[in-house]
Amino acid sequence: MAMADPEPEKEQELAKIPYYVALTTYFAYGLLFVYGHFRDFFRSLMKTEKSEKVGYAPLCRDFEDFYTRRLYHRIQDCFNRPIASAPNRTIDVIERVSYDNNKTLFRTNNTRTCLNLGSYNYLGFASHDEYCTPHVVEALEKFATSTCASQINGGYTVLHEELEQIIAKFVGKPAAMVYGMGFATNSTTIPVLVGKGGLIISDALNHSSIVAGSRGSTAKVAVFQHNTPSHLEQVLREAISEGQPRTHRAWKKIIVVVEGIYSMEGELCRLKEIVAVAKKYKAYIYLDEAHSIGAIGKTGRGICELQGVDPADIDVMMGTFTKSFGSCGGYIAASEDLVKYLRYTSPAHIYATAMSPPAVQQVISALKVILGEDNSDRGAKKLAQVRENSNFFRDELRKMGCEVLGDEGSPVMPIMLYNPGKIPAFSRECLKRNVAVVTVAFPATPLLLSRARICISASHTREDLEQALQVISEVCDMCHLKYFPVGMTEKEKALLTEKEKSL
Amino acid sequence: MATGMVMEMKETLVSLLDAPLADAVIFGIHIDGHLFLETLLVVVIAFLLLQKSYQPEKRPLTEQEIDQLCDEWTPEPLHPPITKEMELSPPVLESAAGPHTVVNGKDVINLSSANYLGLIGHPKIKEACNAALEKYGVGACGPRGFYGTIDVHMDLEAKIAQFMGTPDSILYSYGLATVSSVIPAFCKRGDLILADEGVNWGIQNGLFLSRSTVRYFKHNDMASLEALLEDVRQEDRRKKKVLNRRFIVVEAIYQNSGEMVPLDTVVRLKEKYLFRVLVDESNSIGVLGKTGRGLSEHFNIPVEKIDIITSAMGHSLASVGGFCTGSAKVVDHQRLSGAGYCFSAALPPFLASASITALELLEDNPVLLTRLRRNISFFRSKLATIPGVVVRGHALSPLIFLHLQRSGSFAEDSVILQQIVDKMLEEGVLLSASKRSLLDKCKLGAGIRIMVTASHTEAELLSVSSSLGNVIQSVVTAQS
Repeated sequence: MAMADPEPEKEQELAKIPYYVALTTYFAYGLLFVYGHFRDFFRSLMKTEKSEKVGYAPLCRDFEDFYTRRLYHRIQDCFNRPIASAPNRTIDVIERVSYDNNKTLFRTNNTRTCLNLGSYNYLGFASHDEYCTPHVVEALEKFATSTCASQINGGYTVLHEELEQIIAKFVGKPAAMVYGMGFATNSTTIPVLVGKGGLIISDALNHSSIVAGSRGSTAKVAVFQHNTPSHLEQVLREAISEGQPRTHRAWKKIIVVVEGIYSMEGELCRLKEIVAVAKKYKAYIYLDEAHSIGAIGKTGRGICELQGVDPADIDVMMGTFTKSFGSCGGYIAASEDLVKYLRYTSPAHIYATAMSPPAVQQVISALKVILGEDNSDRGAKKLAQVRENSNFFRDELRKMGCEVLGDEGSPVMPIMLYNPGKIPAFSRECLKRNVAVVTVAFPATPLLLSRARICISASHTREDLEQALQVISEVCDMCHLKYFPVGMTEKEKALLTEKEKSL
Repeated sequence: MATGMVMEMKETLVSLLDAPLADAVIFGIHIDGHLFLETLLVVVIAFLLLQKSYQPEKRPLTEQEIDQLCDEWTPEPLHPPITKEMELSPPVLESAAGPHTVVNGKDVINLSSANYLGLIGHPKIKEACNAALEKYGVGACGPRGFYGTIDVHMDLEAKIAQFMGTPDSILYSYGLATVSSVIPAFCKRGDLILADEGVNWGIQNGLFLSRSTVRYFKHNDMASLEALLEDVRQEDRRKKKVLNRRFIVVEAIYQNSGEMVPLDTVVRLKEKYLFRVLVDESNSIGVLGKTGRGLSEHFNIPVEKIDIITSAMGHSLASVGGFCTGSAKVVDHQRLSGAGYCFSAALPPFLASASITALELLEDNPVLLTRLRRNISFFRSKLATIPGVVVRGHALSPLIFLHLQRSGSFAEDSVILQQIVDKMLEEGVLLSASKRSLLDKCKLGAGIRIMVTASHTEAELLSVSSSLGNVIQSVVTAQS
């Protein structure tokens, strides 16, 4: 079943930022930087800190550290919040206290039970599950916590074999292989697939693991505008006709790397068009389904199912088990020969410790629940629930007047904050009202576009969501986050944001 | 006299005025007005000089031409054709990877797992994991920055710091990603790193991603390191450059050869030449030192002298993941710039619990270390008697390498060694031979990697060494 194409204007804009908000945000950052430099100047005068040993360069360069010391430390209590329970629909956030103005934080013994809108728990497998946990305990008993060996050298168990077969079948590819860490799946596979003389064309907003993998390979990297198939075509035409830089030799191969759901924007990839473009120009496609596998699509098979793309058209499908399956690790699914080649030469397979057997069992059990092989319909219910919850939540937020990004069906949705002062305000006020949210700022997002990212789970009930909406509405009123109040017409919105194009 | 001069002047003036129209005789032809002609020539020359030089027109490719080029271009296949050696089928375990394991329904002695203290399957660890699974589920469902920091992570970091004697430590969710994230966090373009040429792939990847200048010294050769350091000092004297960050990167016990780095020499050199040192202690934590605290305890060097210590927890600690420890500043900096820490999901809480319990078991049972040491020395003595192979690796290393006496290239040796490994599996012993990825730049030779654990009995080790003797003899004689 194909989804309707997103409106064309989404191609141009990422976030409608009102003019006055952009100005005030620039001003706020400017003030912070100036004040920070002032304090640095006084610090260098006073020399209150112990200087480095003579003859050694400082371990952390000054300008790298500036952001950490002067901006991040002020709002440090909004990040790295420790919890004392499973990351389920509610979490027990541990309260921290600071005696030196947020520079160092200490744990206390107090916890606060909050509604969890921050963890990647799309299908609700994050805590004790009636089907999965007994099997996991059994696996722990039989196979212990770890094999202490790499997959190729005595770390490969029957569980790993079973998981590889079941995930290949689930995704619709002939074969698959399993890694112990999602980040390492990208960063060790991309250098193997393409080397010197090759070209990687990657979406502008790809995840840091893909960037690490591209940098770790010796291939050249080009970037195309986020989710814009027409620009991808332009880049491909230019690349193939010009050839390699300077020598103008033909490229050995070209790989296009895209993600299923871009978690910072909540957007779905325009996969059908991108696949059409890549096939026309004979480029290979690498799809990273870290957030989309198990979360979208009628049976949870990810973005290919949602958009009606045949998995055979995608050359390499990658995904992680952390988000929808409540475990850890990642997989690569591709043709049998390619998987054989990767087993022979991927460094993670040869050198890294194999995935922990209980974690493998968790994924197998979760998959069985999703496929309905546990003789219940919990899987189908979970999938329907997460879709319903996400759409309900997003619609309500938009009705409130918040600037919310994300496509229909995506369980992750960012609420735009923009102003640096609103980041800690939103986070702390929500925590006071027992709602745990995640706020993201520079460098994970562009400087102006800081946001609060909401992750909806199948384990959230309708009451949870309504309570969350009430709290968010209150906090948004306090922080003036309702940029587009209800009743504003499209024309007024356009007027307010017309200056955005020039920014 | 004066009149004469005036007359002369008048004549010159007249002739000058008449000059343009004066006669010139060129090749016997009279030409009127030659000065006029010469002026015209000068003007023409000036005009030509001021002309732009000819450049052929730069015509961009037309759309049809681009279409044509795109049609003609054929990419290489995504992977090269699959050869016979690529058809690997690793042994599939049907039970836990303890000192004994089940492969193909048969019970075999397992010397392939880095379970040095024999903690896989320990009941106390199972108990701790069960409790963690009931309480926290399996995954952490988020990166450390976004509610993925669970109290067990903080407990484990505190425990590691207390165990190693350092102010703080930081956890990573994967052993291979630990050192690949630590090195780029501290070294950028323009910094200098001196690394051993036998370092493992994780370190090589970290060095590549850091974009620093990397120079390699001969494997475990301190003289080569010192020569390189002298070289650097000479260069410093010649060119006055800005002081950059400098590191020496070594492993405590090398994953690729089993050699141990002489840490006392390295520390002496680093203090003399003002470098910092990073030691990867994956194979030495829980192995070396009186209480298993690693290389610094073994050499009696205060741990503050080592700037950064990294380790994977998938070896003696019978868990998964890795950690890095050092001064407070070292650890703090990584919380925002360690790529594998910030952008990856946190370690599953039950694995953190397993590591805490493993560390506690190590502290309470130093007998494990004595057993391990005894097994290592016993096995080495028995292996040394086998003809046709050479035993490599440091005397205290739990990672023992068996190289062929008559060794050829890595590929040739690998074939013979794999035959030995396959035959040994039929005899009931699980071993593994060195395998190297195409991305790995290490040039050390191939060998059989034997990992001795504290749980093996002397009888088992004796039977393994005698089987090995027979199998190696048969394979080596079949070769020659």
